Amino acid sequence: MKPSIFGYQAPTSIDEAISILAGDPDAVVLAGGQTLLPAMNFRAANPSTLVDIQHVADLRGIEVGADVIVVKAMTRHREFELDAEVARVNPLVAEVMQHVAHVPIRNRGTVVGSLCHADPSAEMPLLLVLLGGSVIAQGPSGQREIAAEDFFQSFLTTARERDEIITEARFPVLSKGAGWAFDEVTRRHGDYAIVGVGCVLSLDDGGRASRVQLAACGIADTPVRLNEAENTLTGTVLGASDLDAAVAASAAAVTQPDETHVSQTYRRRALGTLIRRMVTTAAQRATQMETA
Amino acid sequence: MARTMKAAIPDRSADAEVDVSMTVNGEAVSRSVSVRMLLSDFLRHELGLTGTHVGCEHGVCGCCTVLLNGRAGRSCLTLAVQANGYDIRTIESVAAADGTLHPVQQAFKECHGLQCGYCTPGMVMNIVARFEEPGKLDLSDEGIRDLLSGNLCRCTGYLNIIAAVRRAAELLGRA
Repeated sequence: MKPSIFGYQAPTSIDEAISILAGDPDAVVLAGGQTLLPAMNFRAANPSTLVDIQHVADLRGIEVGADVIVVKAMTRHREFELDAEVARVNPLVAEVMQHVAHVPIRNRGTVVGSLCHADPSAEMPLLLVLLGGSVIAQGPSGQREIAAEDFFQSFLTTARERDEIITEARFPVLSKGAGWAFDEVTRRHGDYAIVGVGCVLSLDDGGRASRVQLAACGIADTPVRLNEAENTLTGTVLGASDLDAAVAASAAAVTQPDETHVSQTYRRRALGTLIRRMVTTAAQRATQMETA
Repeated sequence: MARTMKAAIPDRSADAEVDVSMTVNGEAVSRSVSVRMLLSDFLRHELGLTGTHVGCEHGVCGCCTVLLNGRAGRSCLTLAVQANGYDIRTIESVAAADGTLHPVQQAFKECHGLQCGYCTPGMVMNIVARFEEPGKLDLSDEGIRDLLSGNLCRCTGYLNIIAAVRRAAELLGRA
């Protein structure tokens, strides 16, 4: 269980890193390495060169703006989880992060690295899709912003080109008074989700849902925004029959086929249960925010 | 007569080497190693610090947990070259020079928190890292289980390790 032979580069600028990637189609960016190194130890990944970006000062840190939290490429999960400003403007982040592996993994693994790996069961891609965030890709021909829904294309596949670096991810803050919730079904704590569901919603003065955002991971080859369920719930008081309708409307979103330990039917039932719980929890929190 | 020429034996390995320097248990070390050498192997094979154990080599078992700049991390999921310039602490640094056990180690001893001991160095480093963080410790069963969730033990059934974490908190005045 040792990686096969590879070259190693430690650039100190984004441009230098991009030029290495542009000159070698089999070079791979190394950030925290918590997914890449196991894959290399298994020899499932055999990059020609690792481009270690930890020494690029421009790729470190978190910037909390009025509308969006900018998470730079070398920001570790644990930094995002424990940042007090992030918790103030988007308390969903810390709730989601409790489910990402274990603290020693979160100490090393990066948020953007997880987005680039694009495991459809992982929490960070779901969070970006749920919030309607984006990433910034920088390559030899400049920068472009890619919306979350366009970034995740398929299983472990993103819209990033081989010579591009995702320099940052942009997670929107929660609007004032919004409620939030995330939970997942796993066989063991810290595993990838069998199914995970996140919800952000706002209530109007009459207690009706004025805006509902719902997304799930583990049900398809990408994280999925549950648009039909959102539309079904918007304008309702989020009662039992409204939840029934939302669950029914999201059944078709489960496309992951039967696997040895998890059938598609099980995933669909877990999705329905999580939608009910997350919408209810988010609505309770939105109510508490109003009365607080 | 051979139909093809045998490839000549190369005079040196294709495995690229790199100079790495770091502080390990307070001591500056420098070595020239393969870029693909894992930090766990660097500690064990280059420095002879075999207290850091290697179980799964893909980040699941937690045996190889060490402190990287004060934070717990998997030495099997870190290349030695990635740790260039880091401050590394291993299980060898935890007890005092005269052999006096660290309170976390003492608690494991008192509570029978180990049997074969294979997972213990990783457990201890992970717990020591959490105890060194400021703020209140969550000493509920759930909080301790969450702390230990990244470390596998195949002997104890964990209950004695949970007890050891609570005992360590008492010994350190953090209960």
